[in-house]
Amino acid sequence: MRLIGLRGATLGLLIAIATLLGGPASPASADPVDDALARFAADKYDETDKAIEGLVAASAQNGQAIFEAMSAGRLLYDPESKTVLIKDAGGALVLAKTGDPAPQALAAKPLKTVRLNNRVRRSLEAASGAFALQAPDPQKRIGAARAIFKTREPTALPAIEAALAKEKDASAKQALEAAKAAIILARQDAPEADRIAAADIVAAVGDQDALAALRTLPANTPPAVKQAAEAGVASIERWLGVANVVQDVTYGVSLGSVLLLAAIGLAITFGVMGVINMAHGEMVMIGAYATFLTQGFIRDYVPALSGASLILAIPVAFLVAGAVGVLIERTVIRFLYGRPLETLLATWGVSLILQQAVRSVFGPTNREVQTPEWLQGSVSFLGVSLTWNRIAIVLFAMAVFFALMLLLKRTSLGLRVRAVTQNRRMAASMGIRTPWVDAMTFGLGSGVAGIAGVALSQIDNVSPNLGQSYIIDSFLVVVFGGVGNLWGTLVGALSIGVANKLLEPFAGAVLGKIILLVAIILFIQKKPRGLFALKGRAVEA
Amino acid sequence: MSRYRFLDGAGMIFLAVVLAMAALIPASNLLLPPDSWLHVPDHMVPLLGKYLAFAMLALALDLVWGYCGILSLGHGAFFALGGYAMGMYLMRQIGPRGVYGNPVLPDFMVFLNWTELPWFWLGFDHFWFALLMVVLVPGALAFCFGWLAFRSRVTGVYLSIITQALTFALMLAFFRNDMGFGGNNGLTDFKDILGFPVQAQGTRAALFALTAFALAGSYLLSRWVVTSKLGKVVVAIRDAESRSRFIGYRVEHYKLVVFTLSAMLAGIAGALYVPQVGIINPSEFAPANSIEAVIWVAVGGRGTLVGAALGAFLVNAGKTWFTGVLPSMWLFALGGLFVLTTLLLPKGVVGLITDLFGIRRKSELPAPTAPAAPAKAAPAE
Amino acid sequence: MAIGGLTTNALLYLDNVSVTFDGFRALNALSLSIDAQEMRAIIGPNGAGKTTMMDVITGKTRPNQGVAVFEASHDLTKLDEASIAELGIGRKFQTPTVFEMHTVEDNILLALKTDRRPFPTLFSKRTKAEKERIDALLERVRLTGSRDRKAGELSHGQKQWLEIGMLLAQEPKLLLVDEPAAGMTDQETADTADLLREIAKTASVVVVEHDMVFVRDLGVKVTCLHEGSVLAEGSLDAVSTNERVVEVYLGR
Repeated sequence: MRLIGLRGATLGLLIAIATLLGGPASPASADPVDDALARFAADKYDETDKAIEGLVAASAQNGQAIFEAMSAGRLLYDPESKTVLIKDAGGALVLAKTGDPAPQALAAKPLKTVRLNNRVRRSLEAASGAFALQAPDPQKRIGAARAIFKTREPTALPAIEAALAKEKDASAKQALEAAKAAIILARQDAPEADRIAAADIVAAVGDQDALAALRTLPANTPPAVKQAAEAGVASIERWLGVANVVQDVTYGVSLGSVLLLAAIGLAITFGVMGVINMAHGEMVMIGAYATFLTQGFIRDYVPALSGASLILAIPVAFLVAGAVGVLIERTVIRFLYGRPLETLLATWGVSLILQQAVRSVFGPTNREVQTPEWLQGSVSFLGVSLTWNRIAIVLFAMAVFFALMLLLKRTSLGLRVRAVTQNRRMAASMGIRTPWVDAMTFGLGSGVAGIAGVALSQIDNVSPNLGQSYIIDSFLVVVFGGVGNLWGTLVGALSIGVANKLLEPFAGAVLGKIILLVAIILFIQKKPRGLFALKGRAVEA
Repeated sequence: MSRYRFLDGAGMIFLAVVLAMAALIPASNLLLPPDSWLHVPDHMVPLLGKYLAFAMLALALDLVWGYCGILSLGHGAFFALGGYAMGMYLMRQIGPRGVYGNPVLPDFMVFLNWTELPWFWLGFDHFWFALLMVVLVPGALAFCFGWLAFRSRVTGVYLSIITQALTFALMLAFFRNDMGFGGNNGLTDFKDILGFPVQAQGTRAALFALTAFALAGSYLLSRWVVTSKLGKVVVAIRDAESRSRFIGYRVEHYKLVVFTLSAMLAGIAGALYVPQVGIINPSEFAPANSIEAVIWVAVGGRGTLVGAALGAFLVNAGKTWFTGVLPSMWLFALGGLFVLTTLLLPKGVVGLITDLFGIRRKSELPAPTAPAAPAKAAPAE
Repeated sequence: MAIGGLTTNALLYLDNVSVTFDGFRALNALSLSIDAQEMRAIIGPNGAGKTTMMDVITGKTRPNQGVAVFEASHDLTKLDEASIAELGIGRKFQTPTVFEMHTVEDNILLALKTDRRPFPTLFSKRTKAEKERIDALLERVRLTGSRDRKAGELSHGQKQWLEIGMLLAQEPKLLLVDEPAAGMTDQETADTADLLREIAKTASVVVVEHDMVFVRDLGVKVTCLHEGSVLAEGSLDAVSTNERVVEVYLGR
């Protein structure tokens, strides 16, 4: 609820903005910016308000910086000389008008901060918005229009209309139209037909803000307008219902990709060697630490490549984890072939050792891996918002998956691996060195786990326990998908990911996970060898 | 006239040692002056009692793994469920002595603003009911789980993985506050058991003796089972499952019997464990705990019963020593133990002793060696 | 083919049985009928469906279509391995499968026809009748001297015989024997043929065999399978001169 007084106070300001945007600025006798700035030094809220108004009217060159400093409490003035200064984020003093460094003499003086109250804050926000409505960057203009759409501040109407008249950019124009419609919808004095038309425009925006605009109409709204608004609410809710499912599915695919990355290496080793590698999660963890070290190395020695450090970490992680994998295969696993349960226990032991080793070297706390700039931020599409690094993981997982498929289908290593998978004894008698294939396969599976570590370092804490949180899920993916078939792993990972996210809204995260675990346990009863199980004699051999 | 003697030499020694402990340790603790070199210090009694409870869990695990070839990575779940059943009894015995002084509700329920006892807590104020649940709850879970799993012939690593998923799911569930089992903190601050203060030295000594008797009893029961004809069938199933089927044994029923019995023993072990350590919380369900129990069996020697109990004792004594002296080295040691035992000591300590001294008696039960045929799936694309 | 009257007389009756694995037809409309106390040899090249046929009869594999009836009243496609074994169908695997960790005597003991349920088994004590029966069976498969040895320590041929002994202990009405002569010396092969002929006096026996000398030695009706169905049936001489059989075996 807003106070009428506040509206009145900002009204003058916004008219000033309208003139500023609409007509040519009248040439001032004295510099209007100086005039306005001087008012800050009066240390009165009314004067401060007028100062903001003045700055907007004069379209002050440094206005945005002044407003930002003001809301952060970094706008200072010297009571003696009435000079207004900005203390920038680093603590240095600059002149408010020009942004030039302040003379030493001023810095020594007892400076005071420009004070704010709620009314001034509100003016400040509106002024920032008005500045943004005329910003050269269309994205900023859209942002400003969205903000007004959200607040539905009636006094912003003149500024919007002025901006609309000048607007050339199609999407900015659309945003401004929507903001205008939101204001008109709520206006008692607007013609009924305009308000009904406005309701449709608002409904077309289709997000939570639009829903709020349509729901919070004044009590004495005519029934026809109310009806139009209700129809709008219904259509938005329908759409949001769909959007929610879309969002859950998208998040599910994202989670599924993470699971796919973590599980695919396991699928290879399990499929080819029938070996359950309990230390697989630790390979992921090693990959994440390799990323951390690569990033640190590049930051310290080749800072020019910082942006690409994540890319460079991929081969490093692959090689490090792959080498550890080959080492484990050569020293432990090869002595245990044909004894899957013993292998399971021995690799569990290896996983304990690796965890503790990493804990001893890097400490038990989380290490931070930076997200490069090109992976920061998020995109919003049809009401579904996704961070870039999640999208990157989906793409990356698919790339890794298809690269592996290609490797297994097209290379000679792949041919040998498939031969050993299908019939170890026959492959051996045809001259394939199965121990070599085993070592390479294990290295490959571990290396892929290392690559998964690079990706996971972006969305999870890099700690010695990183691997443990994925290992059970990875097993379930492999077991669910069926052994020896990478497509099964893909389908398994994505279905578990999506099912997980679809269950969460109903059951909560933990209960959803429990339901999923129980469902998989039951599924395995039905199809003991997974979704894409092979049939026939080979399985029993 | 079974040719396998019901008790062999190792079994006799084992029973003698356990029963001697049951008598001597409480006696030494309660009767000897603290400065006597034969005096068992107060803190040692529950510690040793804990080892004995673990030994019982190992015995239960050996029954399924060593004799039936089912590697359960979720036996900690049955142990914990038995522990929770006992913990619920102990919680109800607190009565109005809790922090909030509520005569009916345990503290954590008062804290959650619950107004009445959930239905599944009813009856736990009776000791006999709690004892029944200690056996029935793990038994029922094992029965349902096993019925589903064995009927659809889930074997080998697949079975291991889903047992692990089972205990993992239970851990997540028990961490939830609204499950009504104290959430994260579990059940603790026990006061009395059957009217005796849990913390009192006399009670602790009695609990220790009880655990020793229970261990001896479950050894005798397990030994009876494995030396019976059913025991032979179970070993036959372990070594040649499809042959057993074609002879006419319904493999899933045998597995189910052994699995359920084993879960019940694990439940009893958990129930004896809880009053001695004074707490039960969801971390007992952690998959890592269950796998650790497997290594006790492997270290001692699976398929020997005595070895399993011995392994539990040795590994846990080692753990206590390491975590006291070199805490950061414990995981290295445990990890190394997993690797070295599977690589170098497939028959465990008992097997090593037998081999070293060339002891080969006819009464020995067939110990498992590496399965001849790899139990792996041979997948193709 | 004469189907009508056979259903009632035959001990084992398969009709139009098909099994498909991932698109591969292991059995293709197979029909077969075995009479009581009949001995039958099944021959056929690799992949002809011999093992799959045994899997269907013993309940290991479920056919996609077709009828498998035992004693004209038991539908084998609905029963599991254990029930089928209790009906009186015994099976010997291609590679001898015995309980290697148990003694020879215990192997026979476990196979003796008794109550197979877990609890009766738990409380069972060996009776005098059982002991006599074990003695007789050991005598019959010539393993009396090895009764206390572990089955795993036996020679290949001895294991084959132990497995046959276990089958006999089950007192089956029908024995399915997969390549009993594989890996045996000539003398052992001849002895095995004698043993099987003796068994066939009281039970039906189906022998799958590659060794034509052995099949000839048995001197019984032969069924030749090819690509999952019956190619020819009759005496060995008739079958081995059958044009299509020659074609299949010699690849012409």
